[in-house]
Amino acid sequence: MNKKAIVLYLHVHQPYRIRHYTVFDSAVYHNYFDASYESDTSNERILKKVAEKSYLPTNAKLLELLNNHQEFKLSLSITGTVLEQLEMWAPEALESFKALASSGRVEIVGETYHHSLAFFYSKAEFARQVDMHKQKIYDIFGQTPAVFRNTELAYNNELAKWADDNGYKGILAEGWDPILGWRSPNYVYSPINTNNLKLLMKNYKLSDDIAFRFANHDWTEYPLTADKFSHWLSEDQDATNFNLFMDYETFGEHQWSESGIFDFLDHLPKEWLKTEGHCFNTVSEVIDNFTPVDQIDTPYTVTWADTERDLSAWLGNPMQASTITDLYSLESQIIETNDWSLIEDWRRLQTSDHFYYMCTKWFNDGDIHAYFSPYKSPYEAYMNFANAFRDIRYRLMEKGVNL
Amino acid sequence: MKVLMLGWELPPYNSGGLGTACYHLTKALSKNQSVDIEFILPYEADHKIDFMKVTAASKQDIDTFLLSGNAYDSTYFYNLAKSQSSNLNGLSLNEQVNLYEEAVASLVKDSQYDIVHAHDWLTFRAALRLKAQKKWPIILHVHSIESDRAGTKHGNPLAREVEAISLMMADRVIAVSEHTKRKIHEDYNIPLDKIEVVHNSIDINDIEPLDLDNAYKYISFMKKFGYRVVVNVGRLTIQKGLPNLLNAAKKVIEKAPKTIFLIVGSGEQYFELIEQATSLNIGANVLFADFQRGKNWRDAFSIGDLFVMPSVSEPFGITPLESVAYGTPAMVSKQSGVSEVLNNCLKVDFWDIDEMANQITSVMLSDPLRDSLLINASSEVEKFSWDNASNKLLNIYSKHTSEAMA
Repeated sequence: MNKKAIVLYLHVHQPYRIRHYTVFDSAVYHNYFDASYESDTSNERILKKVAEKSYLPTNAKLLELLNNHQEFKLSLSITGTVLEQLEMWAPEALESFKALASSGRVEIVGETYHHSLAFFYSKAEFARQVDMHKQKIYDIFGQTPAVFRNTELAYNNELAKWADDNGYKGILAEGWDPILGWRSPNYVYSPINTNNLKLLMKNYKLSDDIAFRFANHDWTEYPLTADKFSHWLSEDQDATNFNLFMDYETFGEHQWSESGIFDFLDHLPKEWLKTEGHCFNTVSEVIDNFTPVDQIDTPYTVTWADTERDLSAWLGNPMQASTITDLYSLESQIIETNDWSLIEDWRRLQTSDHFYYMCTKWFNDGDIHAYFSPYKSPYEAYMNFANAFRDIRYRLMEKGVNL
Repeated sequence: MKVLMLGWELPPYNSGGLGTACYHLTKALSKNQSVDIEFILPYEADHKIDFMKVTAASKQDIDTFLLSGNAYDSTYFYNLAKSQSSNLNGLSLNEQVNLYEEAVASLVKDSQYDIVHAHDWLTFRAALRLKAQKKWPIILHVHSIESDRAGTKHGNPLAREVEAISLMMADRVIAVSEHTKRKIHEDYNIPLDKIEVVHNSIDINDIEPLDLDNAYKYISFMKKFGYRVVVNVGRLTIQKGLPNLLNAAKKVIEKAPKTIFLIVGSGEQYFELIEQATSLNIGANVLFADFQRGKNWRDAFSIGDLFVMPSVSEPFGITPLESVAYGTPAMVSKQSGVSEVLNNCLKVDFWDIDEMANQITSVMLSDPLRDSLLINASSEVEKFSWDNASNKLLNIYSKHTSEAMA
């Protein structure tokens, strides 16, 4: 009997959203992230809401599953920016994450502290943010990540090389068809030109059945039950691992409690573990348990977003491309100031969400409802960002830096 | 189907968007073989229109006619009546309305039409008369109501009375936007389900091409030195919200000194706005170019980096679409109909001077913002067409003609 593992990996993140910050605020106020509590961009209000709707109920459910099923395991990635916000505004939710980790069956995955795209702009800054994150995870959870995921699952051969050189045993990526070709994501792979690194590729069809289609009444498979889902997985006779990667907020936020998503989660371990040989693995375990079946070559960057699976949702238009280039162009001057608050604000602006809010791809079709943003338009997002960036420049120049 | 259209102006003798909208609506409707339109105007002129029959209600030429005031002068027609009808031996706007009503009634005395479609209050009395005498169904198309033209004040009570009675009597009311639909309901208690929204539009193919040489030489010259240009094209009247724009301009210029405001248009606020600009000490940056047509009008749009329409209340407002077609993105007030159909533009409350200044400055300081707005607005505007509007109208016509026959 072959062993078959579900590899459940959930990504937890909240950005520091920029408030309505105008040209008249630049060079006067430096509190870009401090919206009033009632406003659409209040980080505190949004965090408390997500904690209540998603983090607390989901963690309660997960802890219950960990207690009831010794075989149940999962992996989490949690960004530095959301950890800070949990510390400030929802300490009880942070405690519930700690409780999961102390079960010994929840693995924390490494990433950048600020959920940035720094890898594509500055390797040095990228490495600093990964180290910051490593330290924060150790301080809070007592773990040191052995598996890496980059922001937005943005992945290519170069990133694999970096992870290999830096001692990671595994890395996560989208199981995107042009990269996999005829191959299935349901196995362990190794990236091309690496020595010890293994690659886990998201099964996006199965993952999206839960993350996107779960509550869709028009979906032919609606309603999705844990029984049915387990059955689908069993049908792939030779597969070794089913990589179910998704945003943590799928539970309770993207899919509301009323959709039955918590019942699905509740029943999944029981249904899956009914069959002998079935198990749950954390990302490290699956890497230890299985030998790579093939090498994967990813010469260009693949992400887990959109139909294109590239970075165009973050960097595709002139507003996005120019702001991110301008932001990283200040790197050396910013770091040299040794001014922690300035460096930290600069890093918070690197969070990929800001660039996503500026995306105009979907806005064109008038499909504003599909547009996941606290701003009314991508232009509004851009204007706030550009003004905050002007203020960063101002603060540098105030320190005598010549720009 | 024989359609009798009652309208006050058509291009090139239009004083604003009313004439343009009537022209494009009738042109799109005429593409349909079964539709036969006669359009009755209050004055006599050659409009070079071949897709419908254009008839003059009376013998007066356009210059004589305009002495009575234009389609937007409803609010002032008392004054015009006093100053102009006695001194210049012309008619007041009110007398023009009466004259038109009588003339239309006698013109169509022996004709048969299936439906009457009238544009704005000046023609509504004539439409009502036909409904009473001929029992033809009347569709009243509202391009603006009196409180729009008056700039959120009540305006002229006579115009309001005409609007109140005729909109109540109409078989169907058409509004150029949801914004106008709401205002018709609020001002005149017309039930919302009696009012159909037919948005104005633009056909990119109708846009006259630009030539290489821009007419605004000074501004072209200054652009080479890094200046950026904010353009407004419209009547200089209270409805258009220009005093707020100038107050915002003051703040913009403090942050982005290399900004020029080009104001194209004329109207009763002209001198008052010039005074305001000079007293704000931004006279050097604000250029008033008066009312323009043709090349000068087109070039005003094209020289801008941002077109702004800060109207207090704008039933539709077609200029931002024209601006995009000529290569300049737009900022519009949220109190405009066009903001309902154009996504890729900046939107601001007409009273929010700080935010207006913030958005304008942001564009002045950022070519990527300007370019992104333009690229995305252009692909949106390319898909626009008056055919959607004419299809909606055909639906409404057929509903009312079949009801009338039954």
